[in-house]
Amino acid sequence: MRANTWAGRNKVEVRDVPDPSILNRRDAIVKVTSTAICGSDLHLVDGYVPTMQDGDVLGHEFMGEVVEVGAGVDPGRLRVGDRVVVPFPIACGACAACAAELWSCCENSNPNAGIAEKMFGHPVAGIFGYSHLTGGFAGGQSEYVRVPFADVGPLKIESDLTDEQVLFLSDILPTGYMGAEMCDIQPSDVVAVWGAGPVGQFAMDSARLLGAATVIAIDKEPYRLRMAEEAGHTTINFEEVDVRSRLLELTGGRGPDKCIDAVGMEASHGSAHLHAYDRVKQAVRSETERPHALRQAILSCRSGGTVSVIGVYGGLLDKFPSGAWMNRSLTLRTGQCHVQRYMKPLLRHIENGELDPTRVITHTLPLQDAARGFDLFKNKQDDCEKVVLKP
Amino acid sequence: MDLLATTTIRRPVSDVYAFWRRLENLPTFMAHLEEVRVTGERTSHWTASAPFDRSVEWDAEITDEVPDERIGWRSTGEADVPNTGKVWFVPAPDGVSTEVHVLLVYDIPGGKLGQAVARYFGEEPHQQLDDDLRRLKQVMETGEVMRSDGAPWGKRARREFPQRPAQPLSSDELAKGEAA
Repeated sequence: MRANTWAGRNKVEVRDVPDPSILNRRDAIVKVTSTAICGSDLHLVDGYVPTMQDGDVLGHEFMGEVVEVGAGVDPGRLRVGDRVVVPFPIACGACAACAAELWSCCENSNPNAGIAEKMFGHPVAGIFGYSHLTGGFAGGQSEYVRVPFADVGPLKIESDLTDEQVLFLSDILPTGYMGAEMCDIQPSDVVAVWGAGPVGQFAMDSARLLGAATVIAIDKEPYRLRMAEEAGHTTINFEEVDVRSRLLELTGGRGPDKCIDAVGMEASHGSAHLHAYDRVKQAVRSETERPHALRQAILSCRSGGTVSVIGVYGGLLDKFPSGAWMNRSLTLRTGQCHVQRYMKPLLRHIENGELDPTRVITHTLPLQDAARGFDLFKNKQDDCEKVVLKP
Repeated sequence: MDLLATTTIRRPVSDVYAFWRRLENLPTFMAHLEEVRVTGERTSHWTASAPFDRSVEWDAEITDEVPDERIGWRSTGEADVPNTGKVWFVPAPDGVSTEVHVLLVYDIPGGKLGQAVARYFGEEPHQQLDDDLRRLKQVMETGEVMRSDGAPWGKRARREFPQRPAQPLSSDELAKGEAA
């Protein structure tokens, strides 16, 4: 089959690889009908997530049709022919983490738990197409993919919704939603969202759905801010104005009640010298993150407010504003999304027309053109917000 | 050499105890064990893989046994690497899970064999027992050892570093792996 693979730093390549087969009894094989490129794929391709190997199949946002199931798959839950969206964290459904609905912390799905434990203190769940640290699972930017614990995570789609309407239940819609949910939003809240990429857009829509009074988008790309504005959100271009001053103006001097970092480890920054400091440290690998958005969110948030982090971080960062965090009673909440927790309720929001995930799609390309999709998305060319790939 | 490791398994003490007490089950999750054959009520014969495609065998006997609580054993006779072990099971505070604590003690001999054994365990001998217990947890909670494209060979995966790429295996690779 054809699959998009990691071919070294800054390079992806669609290659011929073997078709997947059942390795565990509860696996299924899914024929992919739609898949997407995620912002976190860029961290892999840019080389900031360790343990990638040449030939690793990328992709953790995908959906399709079940074409084979292992002998241990519960036929009451999943059968050949089912149309499914697959959540990106691989989760067993049986361990204490899964029982607590902390699916992305599943204790059994990562065969490389020993490596992850060294990096993170405790292991994390397996993730499709997302380095050997999270298990070494082939991803879904491919014609077929092996899905472990297939009777636990995959969500069956039984209505006639299009792929485009439900595909993002695999990651970015639940991720954005969890970012807003962690803010414990009150009706009077002003919620500021750093990053108007696809996850940021969904965090904004979710914050509004959860009752925020005002939602503010912070980015530097005019087309991304326009997209947020068209969805009814207030915008700040950090290349044009000072973010902190503008946020104070918009909130009567209080600062946003809730702040969401939907940027993560490769932030851009208006301040050239701070940006240079982190770029150099990141380039020599003595710091894995460029955490400008997180620092600014912490400094901007009103005292007693919540900073919710859904942008991806992978290792260590410098100059964490611990003084602001501690002295101003801020709550910091975060997590890789526990996608399985949100798929069904968010599907209902889509069916009811309360959320429209298709609004972020700007490009649909054949899988064969994955490399072009990565270029467009990474370099923000052609107003690229979200790329859907069709195998 | 003393190795101590602990894990928590979301199954009642009686299930975990019973699984361990069926000593034939140990090779399903302990990487170095090829076979444990029960030879009597308290005696068994163990076969482990050793460096350079050798295997090491010894007889063992259970020296201490309290159902749903603990099991202790030791090698008997002229074992190449005399060893003792004990495992004890403690109900976890959540009321549904079991803490499994394992202590293995190897009497590493001098000379070439001792060096080979030390090399086999590597720089981090604890890692192997930690991984063994992780696999015990996988087997008890999900039914089998987890496999991925990068680490497809279950308990043998740790011998395969660096890993193969995270892309599906060819039928040749699969056949070769199953046969090994």
